[in-house]
Amino acid sequence: MNRLARMWDSDIAWSFRNSPVAIVAAIIALIIVLGAVFAPWIAPHDPFNSASLNLMDGFTPPGEPNQFTGNTYLMGTDNQGRDIFSTILYGARISLFVGFSAVVFALVLGIGLGLLAGWRGGWVDSLIMRIADVQLSFPSILIALLIFGVARGFIPPSMREEVAIWVLIVSIGLSDWVQYARVVRGAAMVEKSKEYVQAARVIGVHPARIVLRHILPNVMGPVLVIATIGLALAIIAEATLSFLGVGVPPTQPSLGTLIRIGQQYLFSGEWWILLFPAIALLLLALSVNLLGDWLRDALNPRLR
Amino acid sequence: MADALLKIEHLTRYFDISKPFLNRMLERDEKQFLTAVADVSFEIKRGETFALVGESGSGKSTIAKLVVGLLAASEGTIEFDGHKMTGTTGTEMRDLRRRFQMIFQDPFASLNPRWRVGDIIAEPIHTFGLLKGADVTNRVGELLDTVGLSAKDAEKFPHEFSGGQRQRIAIARALSSKPEFIVCDEPTSALDVSVQAQILNLMKDLQDEMGLTYLFISHDLSVVRHMASRIGVLYLGRLVEVADGKTLFSSPQHPYTQMLLDAVPDLALSGRRRKPVDGEIPNPINPPPGCAFHPRCPLAMDRCKVDAPHQVATETGYAACFALEAEAKAS
Amino acid sequence: MTDALLSVRNLRVEFPTRRGVLTAIDDVSFDIMPGEVLGVVGESGAGKSLTGAAIIGLLEPPGRIAGGEILLKGERIDNLGAEAMRRIRGKRIGMVFQDPLTSLNPLYTVAQQLIETIRTHADISESEARKKAIALLDRVGIPAAARRIDDYPHHFSGGMRQRVVIALALCAEPELVIADEPTTALDVSVQSQIIDLIKEICAERGAAVMLITHDMGVIAETADRVAVLYAGRIAEIGPVRQVITAPEHPYTAGLMGSIPTLTQTDARLVQIPGAMPRLNAIPQGCAFNPRCEKAFDRCFKERPAPVLRDADGRKVACWLYDAIDTPAKEQANG
Repeated sequence: MNRLARMWDSDIAWSFRNSPVAIVAAIIALIIVLGAVFAPWIAPHDPFNSASLNLMDGFTPPGEPNQFTGNTYLMGTDNQGRDIFSTILYGARISLFVGFSAVVFALVLGIGLGLLAGWRGGWVDSLIMRIADVQLSFPSILIALLIFGVARGFIPPSMREEVAIWVLIVSIGLSDWVQYARVVRGAAMVEKSKEYVQAARVIGVHPARIVLRHILPNVMGPVLVIATIGLALAIIAEATLSFLGVGVPPTQPSLGTLIRIGQQYLFSGEWWILLFPAIALLLLALSVNLLGDWLRDALNPRLR
Repeated sequence: MADALLKIEHLTRYFDISKPFLNRMLERDEKQFLTAVADVSFEIKRGETFALVGESGSGKSTIAKLVVGLLAASEGTIEFDGHKMTGTTGTEMRDLRRRFQMIFQDPFASLNPRWRVGDIIAEPIHTFGLLKGADVTNRVGELLDTVGLSAKDAEKFPHEFSGGQRQRIAIARALSSKPEFIVCDEPTSALDVSVQAQILNLMKDLQDEMGLTYLFISHDLSVVRHMASRIGVLYLGRLVEVADGKTLFSSPQHPYTQMLLDAVPDLALSGRRRKPVDGEIPNPINPPPGCAFHPRCPLAMDRCKVDAPHQVATETGYAACFALEAEAKAS
Repeated sequence: MTDALLSVRNLRVEFPTRRGVLTAIDDVSFDIMPGEVLGVVGESGAGKSLTGAAIIGLLEPPGRIAGGEILLKGERIDNLGAEAMRRIRGKRIGMVFQDPLTSLNPLYTVAQQLIETIRTHADISESEARKKAIALLDRVGIPAAARRIDDYPHHFSGGMRQRVVIALALCAEPELVIADEPTTALDVSVQSQIIDLIKEICAERGAAVMLITHDMGVIAETADRVAVLYAGRIAEIGPVRQVITAPEHPYTAGLMGSIPTLTQTDARLVQIPGAMPRLNAIPQGCAFNPRCEKAFDRCFKERPAPVLRDADGRKVACWLYDAIDTPAKEQANG
């Protein structure tokens, strides 16, 4: 309780309470995340249980009863009669899972390499940072596409569906580690020269312990900020890849897949199949991004 | 010589400040070196406070880092209680490390902001495996008490303390492995005078109680006067004079020492004017040839511009100056 | 007191924060006479730099002047707009800061910066301004000024840079120079050169100096009068010799005792226990009471105002020296 009260009183909590944008963004993000996590319990229909699907329900407009079955769907249905609202909940689940995992993967890789480069310096540093520079000269979506394509070449077709999602996570993660590595390296170099690190070295603390126990906690602040914004970017990257048809398999549609499917029907009048997933993606990416922006400002002492 | 705890001989350290390899190749530059410490030798006896005093670029902090092993010597040897520090490894080095500690200049940077004070102070205890469990907590409490804080402060974070209190925490950490020798690198220069007095007094008390030996690094002559039993004066990485505390201040031998003393503000308002000194410290990358001080020295002779001066024995130590050498020969 | 060059009356500077308003400078009053050097000393957090910043209108937001007035030759300058204040800075009040690098723009040569400043405040041609700038650099002791004027700030050493800053502060011939820790970043051997320079050149031009520093030694050598600040309040103000050799406020006395000197023997230094209070925890009554050995009941209840102590104009804010029923008086009587 004491700890909770102290957290409530902290500068960051105060800054949150005084930022309407952050509060609204947090509420929206929370609703989407909760909806995605609890999709199997919340969703009115299971869009992936083919037994429960009725093709006659196809193309039901939102909020109107179907002309054949009389069933009403909040956001309408797609060509196969799947409830759009339910597919969004399940789609957001995939999108969030891929985005989150990709960020975690990029974080682990970026922090590890960044710490190594910042601590060791010299040629290790040069090597890591030159690789990073080369990678930065290509758009990250292109790198994700490349890695994705190469990985698929190595995986036997029978396994593709199973591992597609993991390939996707690794592709996005690998295209995204550079920014974390750069920030961590810079911060690690600053921390390394500080006297508390020297004090630990004088005592003879093992270098690995100095890096993990002393330096790492002090470089995490800025990293978490860009990780939040990175989450929004990873979700968008996943959507882009899925939209291009190289992402998750259609049996596990993410928000991007839903949008790809939906755009086929845009000109034939079934606008809802595209619109609702697109709005869901927009709200998710925007709210996470706004939270990241707020966090950056709140943690930046110069703006306070 | 059995009572010399630290013995430094011909200690030299240069830094490679060349541009990166590719730039060097393209611009056809030579490798560049900065000599931060040049052929410095001195001894510190058990229980004394040896001070190194000098201005910026004098190499005093580099010597501190060399002594505690944060930097490796380019040439020369450092011997701690008969053990050569270079080449010693493993458990022997670990045992040596326990016996010396360091106090840093900036108490705002020398404590990890994310650690609790208790963990900070206990780090040497854990590293050397000195105590376990509840004994650690008790020892930390004792140490906090010793430096004038309370055992309850172990639960707090560094930002909850003022500069002076943080320096006390840093001292407690330095004491926690029960060292014999502490390198103090400008321990009070980041503190206000009234707090500086507290810390200096505390350091003196601790020395008396525990028989500590200090290597005290400072740019402030008045502080050095107060703390040190022996003093070495550094100029551009060279030790220009070594003498007993009292002797150095009553009869400074080297012209640079005299200049430094003249530059100390006169608080007693005795009407003594500070003698402004001409010139500034030269760039250490390109130190003047011969005696490094000759461009600013009122006694400089032709010889000073060519040869490096030798050490001339003085009353309680030595000074490196041709003018003194000539004087000694004349008398 | 109408002939004062600068008059600070009951100055109060506040920082509104979410945990309430912090009062960083509380009821500070002093005068600077034309041609006088006033030293302002205090430890970190005493509010000495803030006082300087408030005078020249450079308080960092959210800091604000919440009370009192600042008069330059009898005219209020604390309520001027940004543009009017900018004209006073540089023209009538010059500034020298601790770090010469932050006062000089690294992208322009010294000549460009000096000439621009000279021409903003005086209507003269570029070549005249250049001549004036060279003369000024020569005066502040920069060797080969005519050649070095076209160098960039990073070509100069620390001491030389501070000389350039002094030249910059003086080029519009201000009536007052505010020097905030002008020697702190410099080596001892260079410090005395810069102090001498500030003193000489201001005397030569009749400019008054407000010298802000934590270093009593610098004050002792340079200032005519000194104001000792503690927790945003004036503890003691008066002629330098009296304040330094016979401090009356217990804080000043403790401060003087805690400075190690070259002449003293190996005795322990006088130490003031504790540390200056944080702005959010300034005690009631006299701000110094938790650290004061002589504190008595009244010190914990009422805040002492500076009272005039002698003909030389020394003022001390301490109940020990209050006119009515104090221990000091009783002792004096008894």
